[in-house]
Amino acid sequence: MSDACSPATDTIVKDATANDAAVSDPQNLRPWAQRQACCATYEPCLQVRDLAVYYAGKSALRNVTLDIPRGCITAIVGPSGCGKSSFLSSLNRLSDLTDGCHVSGSVRIEGQEIVGADIDLIALRRQVGMIFQKPNPFPLSIRENLAFPLKHHGMRDRQTRDAAVENVLRRVGLWEEVKDRLDAPALGLSGGQQQRLCLARALVLSPKVLLLDEPCSALDPLASAVVEDLISSLRGDYTVVIVTHNIAQARRIADNVAMFWLVEGAGTVVEHGPAANVFESPANPITAAYIAGARG
Amino acid sequence: MSRSRTDVPLLWTLRAVAALAGAITLLIVAFLILEAWPALQSPGIAHFLTDSSWFPASTAPQFNLLPMVVGTLVATLGAMLLATPLGVAAALFSRFYAPPVVATWFRRLLELLAGIPSVVYGFWGLVVLTPLIRQWAPPGQSLLAAILILSLMILPTIALLSETALRSIPRAYLQGAASLGLSRWATVIGVALPAARTGIASSILLAAGRAIGETMAVLMVAGNIVQVPDSLFAPVRTLTANIALELGYALEGHRAALFVSGLILLVLILLLVSLSRWIMREELNVTAGIEPYNEEARAPHG
Amino acid sequence: MADRIATVVMWGVALLITSTFAWIVGDLLVQGLPHISWDFLSSSPADAGRAGGILPILVSTLLILAVCMAVAIPLGVGTAVLLSEFGRRNQIFGRLVRYSLDVLAGVPSIVFGLFGNAFFSLYLGMGFSILSGGLTLACMVLPLLIRSTETGLRAVPDDYRRAAAALGLSVFTTLWRILLPAATPGLIAGLVLGIGRALAETAALLFTSGYVDRMPGSLLDSGRSLSIHIYDLAMNVPGGESNAYASAVVLIVLLLIINALTFRAADRWLQQRITPV
Repeated sequence: MSDACSPATDTIVKDATANDAAVSDPQNLRPWAQRQACCATYEPCLQVRDLAVYYAGKSALRNVTLDIPRGCITAIVGPSGCGKSSFLSSLNRLSDLTDGCHVSGSVRIEGQEIVGADIDLIALRRQVGMIFQKPNPFPLSIRENLAFPLKHHGMRDRQTRDAAVENVLRRVGLWEEVKDRLDAPALGLSGGQQQRLCLARALVLSPKVLLLDEPCSALDPLASAVVEDLISSLRGDYTVVIVTHNIAQARRIADNVAMFWLVEGAGTVVEHGPAANVFESPANPITAAYIAGARG
Repeated sequence: MSRSRTDVPLLWTLRAVAALAGAITLLIVAFLILEAWPALQSPGIAHFLTDSSWFPASTAPQFNLLPMVVGTLVATLGAMLLATPLGVAAALFSRFYAPPVVATWFRRLLELLAGIPSVVYGFWGLVVLTPLIRQWAPPGQSLLAAILILSLMILPTIALLSETALRSIPRAYLQGAASLGLSRWATVIGVALPAARTGIASSILLAAGRAIGETMAVLMVAGNIVQVPDSLFAPVRTLTANIALELGYALEGHRAALFVSGLILLVLILLLVSLSRWIMREELNVTAGIEPYNEEARAPHG
Repeated sequence: MADRIATVVMWGVALLITSTFAWIVGDLLVQGLPHISWDFLSSSPADAGRAGGILPILVSTLLILAVCMAVAIPLGVGTAVLLSEFGRRNQIFGRLVRYSLDVLAGVPSIVFGLFGNAFFSLYLGMGFSILSGGLTLACMVLPLLIRSTETGLRAVPDDYRRAAAALGLSVFTTLWRILLPAATPGLIAGLVLGIGRALAETAALLFTSGYVDRMPGSLLDSGRSLSIHIYDLAMNVPGGESNAYASAVVLIVLLLIINALTFRAADRWLQQRITPV
């Protein structure tokens, strides 16, 4: 949790402005070494072993084995339909919501198995937050969107809750924008603001892991840049797994990359490792071609 | 949402509630059979059609339900013959002939007509319609009055549901007809009615169900004399009216006989519901493909 | 030529329907309105209903309605939740319940009356009472409530369900705080439809709640509904016509108010659906 990587909450806005330069010029990347310093340990937070996902008996993902390092941003890249989202939703067992979906193999979060075993889903999902492609705040007020999950998870004291709400809104840079209308409907916010609110809603429960499913793809470029910088700033504090179509985005924010590809009708990991290695000297020819060819 | 251990009781509560709601139909059938059982055993089911007449309370009771069955069927059939063309025409008017503002108001009017309680229709029929018929052919309270009032009651049902069916015709069909230079009437006959036929058919069946089951309006205008009617102006008694008139004082065998007539009504309705489900099956299968709530829509993408 | 004839016929039919409607409503208003006064609404019937007002009848009507809704709402909402949120995991059970409700929706009201009389009044020993009548009506409006609540729940975007699951919210909290509030418009529409149907009902009440036109002392007393009052005055009380007219107008006005609420609920529902999410 080094200060260089996770700025204090009150400087987040300034920090975001500083990062704008990097966003507007894709060549102006932070050096790999500096990024890696923030998650230098490379200790696995999630250990995925031989994971497979089936829909109605049909294999969608198989043979996925990889470690996701603690405190790093791990990008899952690859073309559509190669099981990236299925992979993500099996990390917090959201796959349970899809009928006919079956997950096998092993996923350990901080050493604890979450696949198949009779685990407490509520505790799991508290530890593993998730953000979706389309912002999905509840049809409640801005404040209630954050306060009500807290209340549900046992934070009874109103003042503590209010403090937590303010804190997390500052963390996502939304406080100055909404502090005067906390009781206004969250659906009245712009798309980018809604997505940051959703991020705040996940963060307010202090998860260890954050799963982001193409969090910027439904946003306009400006809002997308703000959210991207925000994600960058989570490095070191959270273990972040982000699915993205956008190779340039992965290049800008990822410490670690896993390349998914469709092999014999099912998705699997063809290459993974530190972002510097995957992007600068890909070992797999598929990865090399995809990184070279994918634009946007 | 996540399943927690505290949610297990909730789920079982919901299951129990739904089971209770679903069991009401069974409970109704069970109690009808239970109450009708004495009459089904003796005099036995054949007597309901072969006895000489309906004298259920006398010392040598007669249980011929045939006049009531005929009354129900004839009144329903007459009302269907009258209300179907008018109702479909009203739907076509609202969908294809009326200017938008008129169509909106006409729909509202149909909704209001559909919302008028049957007892009010019956009351109006009794004090306004039957005296008019009496002037023409006494006694006034008659099969004709029952048919007219029933038609009035089921017309809005046919019109509103047929209109919904016409409204859901794909726009492309109508554009296709327009591009062929078809006249409005040719479009209606050649494209709109065939395309909406299952919806219209099911609206007619639903209306028939309502006509068979209607009690109050018929009770108040039909005259309620137990006879197979020999003309439109003869009084009739329907199955429903028979129950409403006699349950209050019916005892033992008589009461059981009335529950038998309730069972007959229920069977008629079951037949209509099954027929309407069977007709709509084709329609349901077609729309199932675009239902936004299918498995694929829920599965995570990518 | 055929086209022109068809056009004339269509307008003719519309005119026929409209004028019949005007005839009925006009007749009711002309004959009924002069008899409606504060006194009529606030006094008891006298001389078998030929004179006096309808206060006890209004009270009985509202009590029957209250019993009906108090039972039908929890049953209806619970069933709708099970069918829409857990339908897939209880497929056969769900299909059975749905088929049963389809049949229930078509059962004639007099058959409900038979059932209510046999089950609530006699078997459960409630006698001719407001309780018995209200419970019979609850069985009758249940399919309406369930259908529209289920429609309301299905209109709630799956995004909310996913978001709630990702936050580790329990099923109960998700339903209570997110899904049911978002489905309120459907619930309200069903409620209003159900109330309309219950208020208009007569045949199912004849042998369950009974005829007694005194002020009810408890839910176990018999109570005469407005619709039964109209029937009784028209059929069994010579000279009861003018008060029957007035009662019919009161009943229709009550229903119109409910109808207006439906329109408003439907509008709100539409607006909610077009609000960008």
